[in-house]
Amino acid sequence: MSGTAEPIEAGLTEQERAEIDAWLTRFPDSPEGKRSAVIPALHIVQHNSGGWLPRARMDAVAEYLELAPTRVYEVATFYGMFDVEPVGRHKVNICTNISCMLRGSNEIVAYAEKKLGIRLGETTSDGRITLKREEECLAACAGAPMMLVDEVYYTELTPEKIDQILDELE
Amino acid sequence: MSAVVENTEKVSIEIDGQTVEVPKGASIIAVADELGIDIPRFCYHSKLSAPANCRMCLVDVEMGGRPVPKPLPACITTVAEGMVVRTASERALKAQQGVMEFLLINHPLDCPICDQGGECELQDLALGYGRSVSRFVERKRVVKDENLGPLIATEMTRCIHCTRCVRFLDEIAGTSELGAMHRGEHTEIGTLVGDGVHSELSGNIIDLCPVGALTSRPYRFTARAWEMTSHAGIAPHDCLGSNIELHQLRGRIKRVVPRDNEAINECWISDRDRFSYEGVVSEDRLLAPLLREGNQWHEVDWQTALEAVANALRDTVDAHGADAVGCLISPSATTEEMALHSLLMRALGSDNIDTRLQRADFRDGTSTEGFPGLETAFSKLDSQDVVLLIGAYPRHEQPLLNHRLRKAALAGGKVLAINPCGFDWNFDLAQQAIAHVGELPAVLAAVARVVAREKGTTEPAALAAWKAPTTVSSETIEKLAVIVAGEGKKTILLGALAEGHPAGAELRYLGALIAELSGAGYGALTPGANSAGAWLAGALPDRRADGSAANGLDAKAMLSDPRKAYVLHGLEPDHDLQDPQLAEQAFAAAEHVIAFSSWDTPALRQQASILLPLAAFGETAGTFVNANGHWQIFGGVGQPLGEARPGWRVLRVLGNILETPGFDYEAPDQIHAEVKAQAGEAAVARPSIENALTPLDASADMQRVGILGLYGVDALSRHAPSLQATDQAQPAEVVLNPADEVVKGLSEGDKVSVTQSAASQTFIVRFDNRVPVGSFWLPGGLENTAGLGPMNGPATLVAAGTSA
Repeated sequence: MSGTAEPIEAGLTEQERAEIDAWLTRFPDSPEGKRSAVIPALHIVQHNSGGWLPRARMDAVAEYLELAPTRVYEVATFYGMFDVEPVGRHKVNICTNISCMLRGSNEIVAYAEKKLGIRLGETTSDGRITLKREEECLAACAGAPMMLVDEVYYTELTPEKIDQILDELE
Repeated sequence: MSAVVENTEKVSIEIDGQTVEVPKGASIIAVADELGIDIPRFCYHSKLSAPANCRMCLVDVEMGGRPVPKPLPACITTVAEGMVVRTASERALKAQQGVMEFLLINHPLDCPICDQGGECELQDLALGYGRSVSRFVERKRVVKDENLGPLIATEMTRCIHCTRCVRFLDEIAGTSELGAMHRGEHTEIGTLVGDGVHSELSGNIIDLCPVGALTSRPYRFTARAWEMTSHAGIAPHDCLGSNIELHQLRGRIKRVVPRDNEAINECWISDRDRFSYEGVVSEDRLLAPLLREGNQWHEVDWQTALEAVANALRDTVDAHGADAVGCLISPSATTEEMALHSLLMRALGSDNIDTRLQRADFRDGTSTEGFPGLETAFSKLDSQDVVLLIGAYPRHEQPLLNHRLRKAALAGGKVLAINPCGFDWNFDLAQQAIAHVGELPAVLAAVARVVAREKGTTEPAALAAWKAPTTVSSETIEKLAVIVAGEGKKTILLGALAEGHPAGAELRYLGALIAELSGAGYGALTPGANSAGAWLAGALPDRRADGSAANGLDAKAMLSDPRKAYVLHGLEPDHDLQDPQLAEQAFAAAEHVIAFSSWDTPALRQQASILLPLAAFGETAGTFVNANGHWQIFGGVGQPLGEARPGWRVLRVLGNILETPGFDYEAPDQIHAEVKAQAGEAAVARPSIENALTPLDASADMQRVGILGLYGVDALSRHAPSLQATDQAQPAEVVLNPADEVVKGLSEGDKVSVTQSAASQTFIVRFDNRVPVGSFWLPGGLENTAGLGPMNGPATLVAAGTSA
């Protein structure tokens, strides 16, 4: 997801328009249908913007989908998987929902925080890792405790596994 | 959109024991409101969509003899045959109390230091439904405040997320500036990006906010709701005459809020109507009569001042004849003031009196049939199928009339515009023709030709006088005209750009011709609050109050053919006239310039010889007649500041000093009654199409195009500090087409000097494709446009260097 060579800061690329258009065909051809495409459009745009959504990019989505920018900001701030502030090169989401909590996610979070020297919601000073404040279950309870790093699931976490996974991140 | 349903099909329901027939499809809450049954609510508002997010209106419902398993929100539950509703059953009350307890979890309980205290919906309902002791011991959340601009104060920790403000800006204002950001307990109402709220209707969210999250910035902490008394008033800025309430404390207006009138302003008012009262206590108020001796101004008492006025007028009449006196009155003066000025001028023997300060073309004179205004009722504008705007930007001219047009457009009506430049509409125009200002009459003539063809009528021969326009394509004209010629309820509206247009008479003639050919209603969006009153009171050079014809000089002729003495009423000469530069020259050459004014301004001190302090908005009683012909009376609320006095009183005394017969009025109602008796059944009339006009030669010069700025329309709004702090009142810029020859080598942000006759002023340049080549947009009524030449007329542009 993150780590694109040249993050795009404003407007939409041809490729992005095409990807959004592909999503639009799945929804009714109406203002409401266009509104339905906001989430996939924001995923596409965030992917190419260094893992977060600069305002100019959200405005570009709003303009393309013929929505008021505010309606796009609402969606972008509602969902935890979108970031409207700059983030590190990698986003680490440790699940703290009930199954993971019962299997020791609090200790995993504490370990990761101590290891990286940051709290949940913060980014390491070298811009390498953002420890996301994960609010909801990621639907991998069978492997609890678990975490999502960028677009990859890691399950049955232990401090050793955390060391290994985080150390490998560029 | 609205929860109020007008359906002829009825269903029978029982609500709190009453059996009633109600319209099918109505919501329970709307039905209960009709019946006077009080259901508590925060998010519901009859003029907004119902999202059912506060849950306060939960009621107990029974269908088909069986209770619905859980309480239902009354705002989105529609009535059905045989439904039984209990709004205050034990279950309903428990549900409402439960919701209230949750709402109060995060709401601060510091009502004594909240500006909303005492008029807070949450406070009121908490009294009825809240627990006396909170069971919540955890920490309450705190939300950072956002700066929404100079009009609206925020205290977002108090917000209960009803989203009325969000829906208002989305559905009514059309600007969608606020949203519900983040989620759950972290939800915050705001802009996210810190852009603020700029809608011309933004103040309504203060009224809509059920708590103290959004409050009025100018009013904040200056009074408590229960200390003030409320007085019915009429907004003095546009031809709607929005109904307002003035809240006053110890003789001072503390704030202005809307008074419901479905026929005019519904339950809204514009920011201009809401915040202009601040101008009443502006530091610039003129507090005592002033006489000029040489370059010195002396404060005098009223007797001395009025004797000086009487002597000045008598001397002028004796030395130069009555025709040497001219009277210019603000179109927002009261009917009573206009009537007395009219009587005084006529008693002196002069017919030189006018209120059409912004008009540039008087070739069509004045209708003898009726007053200018709208044939279509404001309340019917929402349901028009076609509205054709000619030289109009009602969003700035009459913000709430624009709201009606927006409703029409959202309901599928086609709003069309023929304008000399593009504007930031808050709805989609079905078709627009942007023509070079000089070609507007030609565009109208072309439209009239197509309409005649579509209607199968003979093309009026007079139309041949206008050549085909070159700056608008014939396809655009064809498309637009075919819609105008089509079926349905149709209205043609002429606005301020038509009023100030150098060939405005042609626009009125051709507009009326198109109305006639197409079967549309005709309407003039008249300047100020009381242009209709001016006609009725006879404050016009060619019409006296009794309806008799006269032949005085109009506002333009009085200045281009200077008089020896002028009486000015309620106007600022450097802003309120179409050509302030021409006025300045005329006043400089005059022997006497007697100005009735509420404010003491440098331009008045420079141009006038006698200054009479006039009671301002709220300090005087009177009548405004709006563009639908509603006579709206209002009373004075507080004592005028200093020595200022209501205009009608001053004029009565002046009449007595001048020994004018019949000037014994004791109260403004007597003047009102007199005007009303003479007016008889007078109604709105459209311009005559009897006498065809011939086109003026189009000037080849660069043309300035403009209207008075949103907050520069009159002296009152210009002296209101909070309105002046908004974006809309910032220094004017020259807006040019980037393809225009004159901009060669210029970039945005550079300076350009605008010269009109003897006046010259430097402005920042901005580019916009919507301004036709050969013209530039520069509004009036703003500080840096004072004293320039005609707002619509030739000007020279010269590059004046880059901005530092």
